[in-house]
Amino acid sequence: MTGVREIEARAAEWIERRHFGQWSAADQSELDTWLAQEIAHRVAFVRLNSSWQRTGRLAALRGAVPQAVQPPRSERGWSRLFARVAAGFAVVAAIGASTAYYALRDNTTTYATTIGGREILSLADGSQIELNTDTVLRVSNRTDRREVWLDKGEAYFHIVHDAAHPFTVTAQDRRITDLGTEFTVRRESDRLKIAVLEGRVQVEENAQKSPVLTAGDTAIATRDRVSIARHVPHKLVKELAWRRGMIVFDDVTLAAAAAEFNRYNHTQIIIADPSVAQLKIAGTFPINGVKGFSDLTRHVLGLRVETRDQQISISR
Amino acid sequence: MVEKADIHHGNADGPQSDMAADNPSARVDDWFDREVLPLEALLMQYLEHNWRNRSDLADLRQDVYVRVYQAALENLPEKPRQFLIATARNLLIDRVRHEQVVPIESAADLETLGVALDAPGPERIVMARDELRRLQAALDRLSPRCRQVVILARIEGFSRTEIAQRLGITEVTVSSYLTQGICALADILHGEPANIRRAT
Repeated sequence: MTGVREIEARAAEWIERRHFGQWSAADQSELDTWLAQEIAHRVAFVRLNSSWQRTGRLAALRGAVPQAVQPPRSERGWSRLFARVAAGFAVVAAIGASTAYYALRDNTTTYATTIGGREILSLADGSQIELNTDTVLRVSNRTDRREVWLDKGEAYFHIVHDAAHPFTVTAQDRRITDLGTEFTVRRESDRLKIAVLEGRVQVEENAQKSPVLTAGDTAIATRDRVSIARHVPHKLVKELAWRRGMIVFDDVTLAAAAAEFNRYNHTQIIIADPSVAQLKIAGTFPINGVKGFSDLTRHVLGLRVETRDQQISISR
Repeated sequence: MVEKADIHHGNADGPQSDMAADNPSARVDDWFDREVLPLEALLMQYLEHNWRNRSDLADLRQDVYVRVYQAALENLPEKPRQFLIATARNLLIDRVRHEQVVPIESAADLETLGVALDAPGPERIVMARDELRRLQAALDRLSPRCRQVVILARIEGFSRTEIAQRLGITEVTVSSYLTQGICALADILHGEPANIRRAT
């Protein structure tokens, strides 16, 4: 009799094939034949498939999984070695279609995404930075400092903590220092929003330090003050939905929802009527789902939707 | 006028129907998934407690499942927990009888088997957040590469080719990491007690 591990490996291969492949009727019947051969096959398949399905459900629920960019533990030793050799803060890999160019003047490299773009930067120390739509980030080329500047847009940071080399993000004159962490920083016209998913973060302005932010905290920094809201960390999931190409609205005004869509799309939603702008909605949408969104406002809220060129105007 | 609308759109990852509906095993598959797999942590505890050789545990588990499944094809057991443990017990007794390699203590322990039956069962329905923590913890336990491949495939939705390019490995290697991940996740998610349990 075949050992359980071999049977499980076969069952896992079926699941792998079905996950990735174009699953045809022929494939299904081949699988059915295998399953019918022995109860052992069937049991192994049902068991593996059950937990695999579970991971999918959870992923959909989770919104974003920070582990996606978590530095593998066993590579820490390697990272440290690399850090000693290269004192490394160079970007080792950038995936996607952002533009990167060196600026000799301030010794930084600039990474930028276009509207609707997204980009992951992997740093030599194992840290990762993910740029959201329409974002500009500069990374210091210095090997003795871990320093970046968020000049525009929003980014998610997953930083490998190194007390000797603190990682800092500067945005709108505020300096955010990582104390071992996962967080996002988002620039808006008149304010800065920092959400901490894990670990701790310090915000400072002109050497004035804010209280330390911990997991679940969101800080909104305006010109003259920093206010902090505390949530349980999972509440912040919607803040990260963009990392899987989604937008989550949780009881926001139609105006705010439109503004959010407009960040990601060339097609702009315009809400002329103030009474319409204040309607509250909740929901989850693909980032590029402007049309689906406006169709739903028509069908569900009974609003008038007019599309012209790259403009969708919504009114009563 | 509706002042607040709850609109949901796209990205639903609903449960998938795996077996053809006309398959006579479908009902048993469903029962097995729903009633038996949640008891795996209990079963593993039981087997560990009563069997010295750790390297046999996965095979024992599989044999117990085959027996349970076979019985269920005839008739769905009404008390899955009792039935599962009784099956495990019988299997161990058979093994003790047939295999001289089994240390004698195993047989002695078989007399104390009733204990686990009254233990509280794993909660199948936990708060979504706890489920998420559990999944994250499970992912953390995978080897780094394996974890990356699982995340890229399952959560980020990349194809085998895309993952291979991103990670600079061959597609065959991607497949092999993913199948490893599928097996390891089953062992962790079914076989280990959830450390986060809610009081009922």
